[in-house]
Amino acid sequence: MRWGVVVFPGSLDDRDTLRAAGRVLGDEAVALWHKDRELGGVDCVVLPGGFSYGDYLRCGAMAKCSPIMEAVARHARDGGLVLGICNGFQILCEAGLLPGALVRNRSLSFVCDLVTVRVEATDTFLTQGCRAGEVLELPVKHGEGCYVADEDTLATLERERRVVFRYTDRAGRPTPEANPNGSLANIAGVCSAGRNVVGLMPHPEHAVERLTGGVDGLNLFRSVQAWVTRGRAVPVAAAPG
Amino acid sequence: MSGAVTAEVADEHGLTREEWAKILELLGRPPTLEELGVFAVMWSEHCSYKSSRAFLRQLPTRGPRVLQGPGENAGAVDIGDGLAAVFKIESHNHPSFVEPFQGAATGVGGILRDVFTMGARPIANLDSLRFGRLEHPRMPYLVKGVVAGIGHYGNAIGVATVGGELSFDPGYDHNILVNAFTLGIAPADRLFRARAAGAGNPVIYVGARTGRDGIHGASLLASAALDAASEEKRPAVQVGDPFTEKLLLEACLELMAGDDIVAIQDMGAAGLTSSSLEMAGRGGMGMVLELDRVPLREEGMTPYDILLSESQERMLLVAQAGREAAVQAVFARWDLEAAVVGRLTDDGVFRARSGGAEVCALPVAALTSGAPVYRRPAEEPARLEELQRLDPAEIPEPADYGQALARLLESPNLCSREWVYRQYDQLVGGNTVVRPGGDAAVVRIEGTRRALALTVDCNGRYCRLDPYLGAVLAVVEAARNLVAVGARPLAVSDCLNYGNPERPDVMWEFQQGVQGIRDACIALDTPVVSGNVSFYNETEGRSIPPTPTIAMVGLIDDVEAHLTPWWRAEGDVIVLLGRTREELGGSEYLAVLHGLVRGAPPWIDLEAEKRLHRVCFAAAEERLLRSLHDVGEGGLAVALAECSFGGPGLGVRVDLEQGVRTDALLFGESQSRMLLSLRRRHLGRLRDLARREDVPLAILGEVRGRSLVIGDAIDLPLEATRERWRRALERRLGG
Repeated sequence: MRWGVVVFPGSLDDRDTLRAAGRVLGDEAVALWHKDRELGGVDCVVLPGGFSYGDYLRCGAMAKCSPIMEAVARHARDGGLVLGICNGFQILCEAGLLPGALVRNRSLSFVCDLVTVRVEATDTFLTQGCRAGEVLELPVKHGEGCYVADEDTLATLERERRVVFRYTDRAGRPTPEANPNGSLANIAGVCSAGRNVVGLMPHPEHAVERLTGGVDGLNLFRSVQAWVTRGRAVPVAAAPG
Repeated sequence: MSGAVTAEVADEHGLTREEWAKILELLGRPPTLEELGVFAVMWSEHCSYKSSRAFLRQLPTRGPRVLQGPGENAGAVDIGDGLAAVFKIESHNHPSFVEPFQGAATGVGGILRDVFTMGARPIANLDSLRFGRLEHPRMPYLVKGVVAGIGHYGNAIGVATVGGELSFDPGYDHNILVNAFTLGIAPADRLFRARAAGAGNPVIYVGARTGRDGIHGASLLASAALDAASEEKRPAVQVGDPFTEKLLLEACLELMAGDDIVAIQDMGAAGLTSSSLEMAGRGGMGMVLELDRVPLREEGMTPYDILLSESQERMLLVAQAGREAAVQAVFARWDLEAAVVGRLTDDGVFRARSGGAEVCALPVAALTSGAPVYRRPAEEPARLEELQRLDPAEIPEPADYGQALARLLESPNLCSREWVYRQYDQLVGGNTVVRPGGDAAVVRIEGTRRALALTVDCNGRYCRLDPYLGAVLAVVEAARNLVAVGARPLAVSDCLNYGNPERPDVMWEFQQGVQGIRDACIALDTPVVSGNVSFYNETEGRSIPPTPTIAMVGLIDDVEAHLTPWWRAEGDVIVLLGRTREELGGSEYLAVLHGLVRGAPPWIDLEAEKRLHRVCFAAAEERLLRSLHDVGEGGLAVALAECSFGGPGLGVRVDLEQGVRTDALLFGESQSRMLLSLRRRHLGRLRDLARREDVPLAILGEVRGRSLVIGDAIDLPLEATRERWRRALERRLGG
């Protein structure tokens, strides 16, 4: 399959995402320039982590105005796959492609740590290869990752099972201690109503090699690969571990 | 030309009357105000190294792997596979004391520029931080500000902060130290240098616009002692913009893939002045600058302001004539300005013009290689003899060793640094193999089987007690930390933090430090390839302990063979390599439990140290070891606990042979010792290796259970002890 990773000025994990999709998975992975207006026929567009435009305003508030975001919105509207990681998640919320917002961590400090998240929905392109309730170990690194939304939105998200990941302990319990940033309902990732746009704060692209942070993110990338190459109806075997 | 400049104006610029006389003699006329400003910054201690230069020549700087030694923006060593590791450490002490957040942030920004200027992509940062007592009312503010500032810059520019060091000592109450280190990777045959060449070639200004920030940062802030009014120097601290620097980084690296650039230098301290003069000086060229073409951030800036501004995120480069448009196109793609502000000449004169007038016409050599060199008087302070005296008989042994260990583990100097490094992105770039918390950081060299190990070390207390031995121990500690992760030490970058060089005792400390580094680096075969001297670290006559911070880089041939300090499996045998002497001088134990900073630092035999390294290399190569850890500050008991605190969190049950006092055995800081674990069946082979090198080997016990059991003296529950160790810093800082 063909992955497209958008490079905004100030994107930082774009190279890591390209490495995960390209070198580790062996797919075709191309960088998309923020000034472009086309996505170049990619199957899945990824908005990577970083500090787009320095994020001196609200995170993602500038990036959502980039020329390429019109193409991303069009792609999403047509049912195309869109994945936002960290800053990408913030941008998708700012662009209205995902509900809610990400605000300053409750600790008021940047946090870089390994966290555990529970897979809450396995019917998205990102998680179809996971078992329901599977607990993944993934790194987070952000200053503004506290997910908030109004009560109606939260109720809708829960009702429509659009919470894709939740911060939990290793046993899968969503405790306050397992929540690194104060997110409401321990939400770590959500999807759109059409389930083709997913955003999450943890970084699966930093968990694709045993040597550099574990392999729990690999299954997420493989899910996307399988979704695109074999069609969404075909279940994917869970990776060992 | 501007109005008359007098000796009084020179005084205000921090120049001495002798230097003023030398300027008059060199020019044969009084300088203009702009020229005086240029002299003041170029001849400042910070830019000219006038007090240190004569001594730095003693350092070993060559070696088969050295591609670039001191004198450029950063040093470079060959790491195989056609690649070079480019690195440097630099101080940002005074700015960080005056304004901790921006001071530390711009320290990180500055050292990053030094590295990518060489054509290297930065992949890892380290920070060496020294603060005063946490009880000092301003200290928690300084600690929090510095850590947040480092995070702000490093996180937002996307370079992983993979390690560092942090220590607290009353000697830094009034002058903290912030030393920032960056390492980058470049093709070994494409290193860029700051040596101007080719008369007629254009001089191009790129990056952020110039404002009034940081004027005289180099001369008045970095080259003078602090005092009660130092807060008023805040305007001399620059403001960092990591976003602009990220764009600058990408644009420069993109441009450097081609052949349009002749020379490039970061505009750091003394901004446009030093970057243009140093590039011209290295190449033996002259330069004409049109100050009216410099992109400005604010109105009404004078030529003087433009020449001396230290606005951040700027670079000056010399391009091939005719390639101006190509250079500008790359920067435009990244939404950055690139202005042709001058050209090279072959007359050796630095000229700056503004409004049709020439405001500077100065011989380049006089400002650079011709800067004053001082051999200042040096004298051993009388206080040392008294400080080094220590009668063990007067030190009572603790009644409860378990409690003593628990207290040590909660000391700000020994407790977990997690509160700090949690605030840093340790992962971006995807090459971090060993994160902060081990003996040294390990980063993979992408596309190869190799990895680099990085560490930064110094014990200011040892250096206060013995400036020579302390410097030797800083080098040795750094090397041992690299060996502990399975790396062979390659080269050093040093950051020499001292007090006022005009004081003979400080100058003596400095000379002792340089000699110590020289002797240790020669013995360990680790040349010094880059570095920085920071003098005037004193406030109201009180100077810091001598602090020669040593950053060292090592190479691991097979990244899969790297080692970590943490116990791996129950039943593994725990072994101590090296000899424990009855040494308590300068120890953390003496400071924390007895309130004493005295005695001689632990002794070192550099040959014994090298033999220890060889045993470790051989054992690592044969894959005998499950874990390896340096025994450092806090001694053996603390080292044992540290091995239990990480990884799977396994306890120990060890017995200790007597022979020295129990406190020296548990908490003494004897050098050349390593703590390791291995499977029992490998013990015989390890014994052979140790015997061959004549390194003492003692079997201490085994990895077992969930508590720390050390002889009859200590029995602590692991989980609770670890939690107290982990949270100690956060608790002391008030959350």
